[in-house]
Amino acid sequence: MIKNDINKLRGKTAVVGLAESGCGIAAGWSAMEIMANSVHDALDDAGIKLSEVDGVFAATAFHSMAAMSLSEYLGIKPKFADGSQIGGSSFLSHILTAAMALDAGLINVAVIAYGSNQKSIGGFKTISEAMPYEAQYDPRMPVTAYALAAKRYMYEFGATREDLANIAVSARDWALLNPRAYTHNDGPLSVNDVLSARPIVDPLGKLDCCLVTDGGAAIVMTRADRAKDTKNTPIFMLGAAMEHHHRMVSEMPDLVRTSAIDSGRRAFEMSGYLPSDMDTVQLYDAFTINTLLFLEDLGFCKKGEARDLVKNNNIGPSGKLRVNTNGGGLSCVHPGMYGLFVTLEALRQLRNSSGDNVGTRLDGGWIDNAKLSVAHGNGGVLSSQVTNIWGTAETI
Amino acid sequence: MPEILKGSLGPEQQFKKYLSEGKFMIQKSKSLNQFFFHPRVAFPGSGERDLEWLEASGNGVVHSTTCNRRLPEKGGDFNLSLITLDEGPRMMARVEGIDPDKVEIGQKVKARISSLKGEPAIIFDVL
Repeated sequence: MIKNDINKLRGKTAVVGLAESGCGIAAGWSAMEIMANSVHDALDDAGIKLSEVDGVFAATAFHSMAAMSLSEYLGIKPKFADGSQIGGSSFLSHILTAAMALDAGLINVAVIAYGSNQKSIGGFKTISEAMPYEAQYDPRMPVTAYALAAKRYMYEFGATREDLANIAVSARDWALLNPRAYTHNDGPLSVNDVLSARPIVDPLGKLDCCLVTDGGAAIVMTRADRAKDTKNTPIFMLGAAMEHHHRMVSEMPDLVRTSAIDSGRRAFEMSGYLPSDMDTVQLYDAFTINTLLFLEDLGFCKKGEARDLVKNNNIGPSGKLRVNTNGGGLSCVHPGMYGLFVTLEALRQLRNSSGDNVGTRLDGGWIDNAKLSVAHGNGGVLSSQVTNIWGTAETI
Repeated sequence: MPEILKGSLGPEQQFKKYLSEGKFMIQKSKSLNQFFFHPRVAFPGSGERDLEWLEASGNGVVHSTTCNRRLPEKGGDFNLSLITLDEGPRMMARVEGIDPDKVEIGQKVKARISSLKGEPAIIFDVL
């Protein structure tokens, strides 16, 4: 019997390069071109040659076999590829798979990538099939699913639309500090702005919903030994776990409790750290309700209490808990699948505090002395949940 | 073991056939004495295959509800809810006969078979 010791992956692999590309509007560029451009930029950031890449991980809403199409486009012959598609969290699960493949010695350098030009070709893009027993009713997926969860959350815990609006307000405040954010020049949001925005699916209005943008991203992962001689500061994977309980929202066991409860518990356990140890908290905020649910499910507060935790801009730049410091999917970027951007921000904060130049922010946009970040990905309709814990070398 | 696929319909088509005959049928495992939805080839999670179709009471309670905003020229706003059936399982459906934004969690509802997009569909009315 082999000992079930997933914890042996802790600290064994690191991200040594990262990049984003074409975020916002990238008219004239294809999803593949945006994705490949991100890969080349991430490799440049790492100081690793394309020819060294032997593991390729990708998922998009444009390619049925994304890892294979990307490898061909790059002109490389990977020994291992994974295009698992579990929605926007796919990339955080690719990170776990890449860590396993690297640790097992199957590969030496992995790239994990995403690209989308959905905005410039007409709007939200999905390759999801129609859901049996749901499609007939014309739900506006994914918004309707999140609205059903939000409505139930409000019913069970007495939360209000104002509580949801607080999430959007804080996200925008972070975006105002981030010149890369799509809404950087749009000014702050008030709770009233969010409440009076065009209703989409009650109780969610337009400003409760994420942006629709173009954009691509890529990271380069390698083993800790190889990470010693790369160009910039390696950030180590300390914990990773995934879980999912449903595909369709009508099958979700509990609308106000996600499987992030399980992915989070196991990822933190692997890392040896607690939620309270995290210097930055990056959560997949496709809708305002996500942030409330994930703060609770990952253990930052008790169930039903996130509405108090986020009051008075406590998750904004002036608050105590540093959540979605890039502006999030709500105010920074959301090219259809946001998982890799959650990851990028978790990593960038740690690299900035390690002295790397990963871009400029206005005062307060970078977190001083950040050593630990949690990146949490969500996919489908609150379906797949994947949690990654990242740390600087000293946290291993 | 009998070839179950021969000369019969899969659960999804069987469910729709019942609907077209005016019957809202759901599956139950005899040994577990427990209903489930949506229709499947075996009980979800534990795999019991001793299934039978029984007519649902049609009674349920609104578990969550949304008003989906839509332009009047495209049909106007509509309700979309999750209903917990008295038999236990939950399903997606619309609640009609009331303004789409006036449906409330906890309301008792009753199923009827109507049609959407030319196919029979289960719609609920507030009791």
